[in-house]
Amino acid sequence: MAAQPEKMVTMPMTADKHIEIQDLRLAYGTKEVIHGITFDIHRHEIFGIIGPAQSGKTSLLRCINRTIDFNPAATVAGTLKVDGECVRNVRNVYELRRKIGMVAPLPVGLPLSIYDNVAFAPRCVGMTAKSDLDGLVEKCLRQAALWDEVKDRLDSLGTKLSGGQQQRLTIARALSHQPEILCLDEFSIAIDPVTTMRIEEVLKELRHEMTIILVTNLTQQARRLADRAMFLWNGEIIELDTNDVIFGDHPKDKRTYDYVMGIFG
Amino acid sequence: MNSPRIPSATTGTESGSASRFTATPFVRKKERREAAAKWIFFSMAAAMVLPLLWLVSYIVVRAMPSLSLDFLLDPPLRGMTEGGIWPALVGTIYLIVVALAISTPIGVLAAIYLNEYARENWFHRVISMAVINLAGVPSIVHALFGLGAFVYAAQFGYSVISAALTLAIMTMPVVITSTREALASVPRSFREACWNVGATRWQTIKAVVLPNSVGGILTGIILEVSRTAGETAPIMFTGAVFYKAVERGDFFPYQLNDQCMALSMHLFALSTQVPGVKPSLPFATAVILLGVVLAVNATSITLRVWLRNRKKW
Repeated sequence: MAAQPEKMVTMPMTADKHIEIQDLRLAYGTKEVIHGITFDIHRHEIFGIIGPAQSGKTSLLRCINRTIDFNPAATVAGTLKVDGECVRNVRNVYELRRKIGMVAPLPVGLPLSIYDNVAFAPRCVGMTAKSDLDGLVEKCLRQAALWDEVKDRLDSLGTKLSGGQQQRLTIARALSHQPEILCLDEFSIAIDPVTTMRIEEVLKELRHEMTIILVTNLTQQARRLADRAMFLWNGEIIELDTNDVIFGDHPKDKRTYDYVMGIFG
Repeated sequence: MNSPRIPSATTGTESGSASRFTATPFVRKKERREAAAKWIFFSMAAAMVLPLLWLVSYIVVRAMPSLSLDFLLDPPLRGMTEGGIWPALVGTIYLIVVALAISTPIGVLAAIYLNEYARENWFHRVISMAVINLAGVPSIVHALFGLGAFVYAAQFGYSVISAALTLAIMTMPVVITSTREALASVPRSFREACWNVGATRWQTIKAVVLPNSVGGILTGIILEVSRTAGETAPIMFTGAVFYKAVERGDFFPYQLNDQCMALSMHLFALSTQVPGVKPSLPFATAVILLGVVLAVNATSITLRVWLRNRKKW
């Protein structure tokens, strides 16, 4: 992973499309929460999604990895393609989810050992050889910048780690099925600024290997990390552009400027 | 309306800042009420203990003359007026074991379906409603149903299996309810984390949900045991008899299609049906029945404490 040189800091707009979304609509019961949004996410970019609560950010991520299926009240319409393949018709939904790493807002250490937390996903697809698992667990924990802190106590419970460590464990678990897309849903709301910075460093490394979708309430975080950013508000795209424009002095929509500057409302 | 009193409290002291914290009559009144409320609640809670102590000590004292190891191991003698309770004790254990062997797998698996798989729709609501109503059916009605369904219709006759099936149906709703509660106590975020990495529902249940709810499930089942042990009506109609000749200390006196004795039934018979019983005998039987139930409950509590101590989050 370290072999690649520094590049791709700004992606050209013609980059190949990793995720294509067209007129995506999502309703819970009769209440529509995403009102037909259309955008693309490019391969190997960090795509920031900003917006206030209740604007449909988390729901959007659930549509992408189809965990929205677990909510029987949700109805999805429109097209949503990953690698050109329509997500809503995918037969092997488990493989789709393995292609997408998902990190939830609150750290979720499963009530298993640290080792088993990371080895859970590989085991789900029948990887049992101890040597393979050992290597993978170490690689993922290193990628998540957690290895040095836990390497001597891999047998202890993941739930007993501190919040910041658990969030890095969550990231390690999300990496353990070797995803091509990593979705981070407000990963920093429950952890301290120092840990947040460490994870941000991790993300800068990971971007060479995968596409990263960064949903965040912290506009500064999106500004630091993202290549392009989208301002989602009440289930509609207010503005989508490169970081310079969204976080610059002259975004196209005044609401974007107000939100980024913190004078929204 | 109390606001005029607050300045009046300051009249006693010269320094304005300290006076805010002196006890005014209003404050003392509040404190008296607080103390009274606390004592009323405490005395009611303490009153709960009295009947239990009274009941247990009364029964144990009355039972003293008969309590011995022989009482436990001997069969009833001389027309049930003397002797022990071995056949009834073994019969109760049989009934409990067979009833649980039937109700536990069905109840637990049904609860897993309802909690982990079922969607909120009319079918789910019908099942939940059925479970709630089944739990509310009086045991004598279960008894009548068991008599009709198992003894006559299924032609099991008056037997251990008929009685155990009746008990199983009676305990099933409670097993389902307690299992669902145990499963629901595992946070949903754990399940979502598993689904996010591509695990199926079953893989999730196997790896995370069941290992972390097994304690609650077991506790619920064990508590059911104590209810099963005490029931009289359902077994009286379906398989328990007044008397059955059993050797002293014989562990396997009954077949599934035999009738059996049971502690609750035996207690009922001794107290009301048999003339000239040694007076301490029914009380001694009650002590053993209480002992069985308390021992099972103690196991349940121990298990719960042990599992709480190794709780994983």
